[in-house]
Amino acid sequence: MTSKKARNWLVQIGLSILLLGAIVYFVHNVSINLNRLGLVSGFGFLFDRAGYDLDSPILRYTADSTYLDAYFVGLVNTIIVSLCGILLATVLGFTLGILRLSGNWLASKTVYVVVEFSRNIPLVIWVIVWYFGVFLQLPSPKNALDILDIIFLSNRGVYVPQPEFSLVSLSIFIIALGVGVLIKILYSRYAEKIQNSTGRQLPTFTVGVASIVGIPTVVYLLFLQRSIVWSVPLFQRFNFSGGMALKPEFIALLMGLSVYTACNIAEIVRSGINSVAKGQREAAKSLNLTPWQVMRMIIIPQALRVIIPPLNSQYLNLTKNSSLAIVVGYTDVVSTLGGTTLNQTGQALECITMVMATYLVLSLLISAVMNGINRKVQIVTK
Amino acid sequence: MRDGKSIDRLLGFRSLRRLRVYQGSVVWIKQNLFSTWYNTLLTLLFLYILYIVVPSTLDWLFFKADFYTTSRELCTSGGACWGVVTRRFSQYLYGFYPQNATWRPNLAFVLLFVALLPILWHKMPRRNLWYIFSVFYFISVFWLLLGGYGLTRISTNQLGGLLLNIILGVTGIGLSLPVGIVLALARRSELPAIRFFAVTFIEFIRAVPMITVLFFATVVLPLFLPDGVVIDQLTRVIFIIIIFASAYMAEVIRGGLQGVDPGQEEAAKSLGLGYWKIMVFVILPQALRISIPGIVNTFIGLFKDTTLVITIGMFDILGVGRAALANKQWLGLANEVYIFVACVFFLFCYAMSRYSQYLEAKLSESHREESGKKSNTC
Repeated sequence: MTSKKARNWLVQIGLSILLLGAIVYFVHNVSINLNRLGLVSGFGFLFDRAGYDLDSPILRYTADSTYLDAYFVGLVNTIIVSLCGILLATVLGFTLGILRLSGNWLASKTVYVVVEFSRNIPLVIWVIVWYFGVFLQLPSPKNALDILDIIFLSNRGVYVPQPEFSLVSLSIFIIALGVGVLIKILYSRYAEKIQNSTGRQLPTFTVGVASIVGIPTVVYLLFLQRSIVWSVPLFQRFNFSGGMALKPEFIALLMGLSVYTACNIAEIVRSGINSVAKGQREAAKSLNLTPWQVMRMIIIPQALRVIIPPLNSQYLNLTKNSSLAIVVGYTDVVSTLGGTTLNQTGQALECITMVMATYLVLSLLISAVMNGINRKVQIVTK
Repeated sequence: MRDGKSIDRLLGFRSLRRLRVYQGSVVWIKQNLFSTWYNTLLTLLFLYILYIVVPSTLDWLFFKADFYTTSRELCTSGGACWGVVTRRFSQYLYGFYPQNATWRPNLAFVLLFVALLPILWHKMPRRNLWYIFSVFYFISVFWLLLGGYGLTRISTNQLGGLLLNIILGVTGIGLSLPVGIVLALARRSELPAIRFFAVTFIEFIRAVPMITVLFFATVVLPLFLPDGVVIDQLTRVIFIIIIFASAYMAEVIRGGLQGVDPGQEEAAKSLGLGYWKIMVFVILPQALRISIPGIVNTFIGLFKDTTLVITIGMFDILGVGRAALANKQWLGLANEVYIFVACVFFLFCYAMSRYSQYLEAKLSESHREESGKKSNTC
């Protein structure tokens, strides 16, 4: 027994020494190679002037900004496209998954073909096709396609209305939203109490929607209509003014990422809902629950247990895949830090390490959020 | 039922059948396409979309297309101009591989299936002998492709097109399998240090995108080598793909290991077998069998990801297509090129994913059978 223990310790210590030795050896090589190339290792270069142009919708970025500023612009862009992608992919994915399961034969089969086509073709090709094949093929701003005269599609980007507001009106709106959520929570508690004592059911869902959507809408219509204005894009001479311009690079990457991921999510949703035992549905029906109640109280809670873990890995994949930005020239972390900055400074090791560390942190954050959700939906076992 | 019988008596069997078929299809259409008002709406919407999309796409793809023209100007039919694909077809397949030596990749491709036979065909006779051939194949295929020792030498930057995708995908998966097994075992090890290293490595690799790993291979890896040692790009990329895929492989195999009944290990222990004997002869054969669908899925993912090598300037099938588009005579034929490349990937990946689904179904079936037997004997 003791000899086994001793051997275990020896193996572990030996492996650690081996790994440490390898690291020391590589560091040694790196320092020799850097000397030969005349490079100084370290992250000092981040505070040098970058001197290249970047589109930055949120952070302030000029030609005099540093490489660190450029990195933050890239980081913000990565986060924006990932978050938008996750939202869009989830909505689209659940829609496709439900269509796939619907009793409508034509819808189900069409969605099947679309999903299989999407999933079995590399995402790079999709992103390239969305960019060169769709968004750059749109007409020039002068002849832009318009949707209801509010949204304009052109080869220089997609122009959508943008709300303009002061901090005060925004906070009033947020407070209204908060009140709506609070009322919904309080009402649900009250309804549960009533149901537990009398068995009578109150329309929690309707009241919930009414308070969360209704209260902010009423507040907006009554008080904020003048202080929150929608700036609608308008074509003037050469280009659009007003509204928000979504660059073709961004929108192509976003569409590529979210449609591709949505098709994977559709499959996850389908198999998740299918995984709920048939007897559950039949038992629920025999208890005289309405189809909507069966879905909301029996099927969805059980399906979510199966859906959430793979959904988490889809979100991670989407975030990682946003690095394909480099193919269409959207300025994310990889194309700023791992592209232009690396080429200008030659600090390959530092740049690549930082890019990898960034994705590591983003992945950990997403996993943490999703694990929190997962813990809520899983069965609590004692 | 009763009605059916009475009608049967009244009208005779044949007319009844005709009636049933007729009723059947109408009922089917009503139930599956027009059951409720929103289903009707959905059906009409989808019919409209298909009506808009399908005929015009088919026209463009086939009926109005030119298939073998030498430049864009000669494409006058108004549909696709497939010359950009057909005129350079061998480049799409082999990259810059010498024309007179293409029999070598072809032979390698055919022999690949022969080598994979013992894995794909589960009732294979004399399987163990065949495995020797498989191992021999994976060692000698590099000689067949790259030459030397009697065959003309071919430099690694002449490999390209679909051949490059297949080489990267197959070597990536083939060689990451042993690494993945070791990592999976290490992650389940009782020794905390080993477990720590394995978990750190696996989770780190799985958290970063493949593009960054490829960049690492091209710009950082050379710095790690001692002065004067140069390794060509393809080798570096293959090396990094193996590292990358092995983390995913480890997770698949870990799933397989968890799927093996713990009683198996306990029984083997009680027979007095040591750790390695238990793993190699008892646990791994069962775990690997369960993991095959997962391995196929990992392969599909990796195979799709091999196109990312265009970002580091290698000419895989997509890279060859992009190079063709840069050519004056084919300018603006992006749709044709990308659709062709997409279809190639679709054929490969869809076939593999169907195969993996078939395996999964078969595995769960045999699993059910086994547990059924168990309950019978109990």
